[in-house]
Amino acid sequence: MPFHQIKFYQTGTFTIGNRLLEASDRSVQSDVHRSNALNSGHRACQGCGEALGARYAVDAAIRAAQGNLVAVNATGCLEVFSTPYPETSWQVAWMHSLFGNTAAVASGVAAAMKAQGRPQVRVIAQGGDGGTADIGLGCLSGMFERNDDVLYICYDNEAYMNTGVQRSGTTPAAARTATTPSVGPKPGNVFGQGKSVPLIAMAHQIPYVATASVANLHDLEYKVEKAVPMHGARYIHIHVPCPLGWGSEPHDTIKVARMAVESALFPLFEAEYGEVSDRTILRKRHPVDDYLKLQKRFAHLFRPQRDEERIAAIQAIADRNVRRFGLENGAAS
Amino acid sequence: MWKQIEGSRAVAETVAMCRPQVICAYPITPQTHIVEALGEMVKSGALAGCEFLNVESEFGALSVAIGASAAGARAYTATASQGLLFMAEAVYNAAGLGLPIVMTIGNRAIGAPINIWNDHSDSMSMRDSGWIQLYAETNQEAADLHIQAFRLAEELSCPVMVCMDGFILTHAYDRIDLPLQHQVDAWLPPFEPRQVLDPAAPVSIGAMVGPEAFSEVRYLEHHKQLRALERIPEISAEFYATFGRESGGLLRPYRLDGADTVVVALGSVNGTIQEAVDELRAEGVAIGSISICSFRPFPLEAVSRALSQAKRVVVIEKSLAVGLGGMLATDVQMALSTRRPRVYTVIAGLGGRAITKASLLKLFHQAKADALESVTFLDLNWDIVNRQLKRELATRRSGPAAESILKDLGTLSSKIV
Repeated sequence: MPFHQIKFYQTGTFTIGNRLLEASDRSVQSDVHRSNALNSGHRACQGCGEALGARYAVDAAIRAAQGNLVAVNATGCLEVFSTPYPETSWQVAWMHSLFGNTAAVASGVAAAMKAQGRPQVRVIAQGGDGGTADIGLGCLSGMFERNDDVLYICYDNEAYMNTGVQRSGTTPAAARTATTPSVGPKPGNVFGQGKSVPLIAMAHQIPYVATASVANLHDLEYKVEKAVPMHGARYIHIHVPCPLGWGSEPHDTIKVARMAVESALFPLFEAEYGEVSDRTILRKRHPVDDYLKLQKRFAHLFRPQRDEERIAAIQAIADRNVRRFGLENGAAS
Repeated sequence: MWKQIEGSRAVAETVAMCRPQVICAYPITPQTHIVEALGEMVKSGALAGCEFLNVESEFGALSVAIGASAAGARAYTATASQGLLFMAEAVYNAAGLGLPIVMTIGNRAIGAPINIWNDHSDSMSMRDSGWIQLYAETNQEAADLHIQAFRLAEELSCPVMVCMDGFILTHAYDRIDLPLQHQVDAWLPPFEPRQVLDPAAPVSIGAMVGPEAFSEVRYLEHHKQLRALERIPEISAEFYATFGRESGGLLRPYRLDGADTVVVALGSVNGTIQEAVDELRAEGVAIGSISICSFRPFPLEAVSRALSQAKRVVVIEKSLAVGLGGMLATDVQMALSTRRPRVYTVIAGLGGRAITKASLLKLFHQAKADALESVTFLDLNWDIVNRQLKRELATRRSGPAAESILKDLGTLSSKIV
């Protein structure tokens, strides 16, 4: 996001308080008139990162679209906890079809709006990492390569949480899930597997790709508000901790998300037409331990004794991200 | 307006006159000519106000149509065979959501073994999906049914499949009376959705429903089809009034007067059946036939009425319910539940095997003498089947059955006779 000349009155944090910003720069969430797209009363777990991310993203999208927004949702936690009929938390025109077809359904909505002469109606698609990286990847890639007028938002909690925490294509190395249990000589998920959907999106040369975190509200809203009015295929990948699946404390969701960013395991960047155009420089780097130790899914790395080899391998992933995306000084290698 | 034209082209030109707003296409033989023609019309500007999407799969194709329909656009796609199976999840979803999508099926066999030729295995596999299924007997009817399909689908908020036999219809050149644009415009009102994704009046579409309401939602799907049983003949009559042609309807009886043997079938094979019936009638055989256009909803009462005088019923099926026999025959038997004439199931024309008049004449003579098995495989080469069964008994690793059979036949490539 753009650079702001701000005085820091708070110490020990990089969070910029809203009261220090110009009214126009304040977050959507701080506005009492925000749309509250995902209204209270839904069934998400305590501390759910996805519920937080979805409200941040959709509220920002509604503001950017001046209310003219349609949201298409994949099957998954977000769909289930927000809607069992006759209740719905959605204060937006919303549709759920299937698990793996969300991008295509959104393409259909966008095509319908174009055919009906309503280009002002903006279309977002949302899914979890399973619906995005795995079962929905075919439709997503099709939407990207056709450059359909859709903003796809992935809420990545790194496993199939709705079905009981099974491994997905974005589950990180060493993480315990129900299908990568913490048993045997190398407990948890294997190393050297998994995929980065933002990089896959960039390979389609689409107008805009970004990563975001629920720990960085201004940055997240900035990216959504930037993406919504753009035309063509756009993709935002939001890292959303899952206290249930990750074994983290519900009150630590923001902290866990921030440690993912500051350990460089989840780099924040933007890319336009396949090129990285900006990244969030890490002013204070944390070792990966600070992120891993907050989560029971990595507990086997520290008990009964510290697994030096595998923690070093995870640190190497973070170090590579720093070099690759230029997280230290903006210079990628 | 009369044209000498390929069946697929006739369907494409008719669909275009229905002013679809979103068309999505994924290539699969034998429906490709339809979407190719529509794509050309959109790109050239001949079909204005329509978005044409080249999608990445059939699953994507129907999903795009689902999104478009839910956003209030008239949506159309076409597929066949493996393509219909690949979109199966979305097929059920479109019906469950009550989205009035119209889809053409260029009927084709399902593999393995892979086979591009005609039978009805594909659409039959989706018979319980909640879509209305209309089977065209001729290319004229295939074209006309699409106009009726949009009207029916949108009235009932229920998707409709128009099934036309692959190659036999899709690739055949016929003299076809195409409607005029102003006629279609006058007959087919603009799409007025029951539910729509509109930012000005936000609703949630497609949320979870538990056991407390699921049966009722499903029943309402059934109810739409019961309503379609009433509307299909009415729409066919209204179509006749404007366009002057008999197309559609629930079923079409042929020479049933005094017929004690009645043949029942779907689609283009009815043409050959009717020729065979004519020959047998000339010989003095009391035989007639019924062409069923509406397979879903299945017109139980109309079939029952049409078969009220029949002593025996021969159901010709271009699909096989493996382990049972026929699907159409099962439905026909349900229509006959209060009366019990003999019902013979005849599996015929699988994977494009020609159903010849000569074979039908032989079959109908056997039927007349009640000398048919309850399930008969028309023109099945028992010699070849028995040789393969013997081979499998003799050798554990007998290899791919299809290859062995073709070697036995001494055939290098498939031949359509």
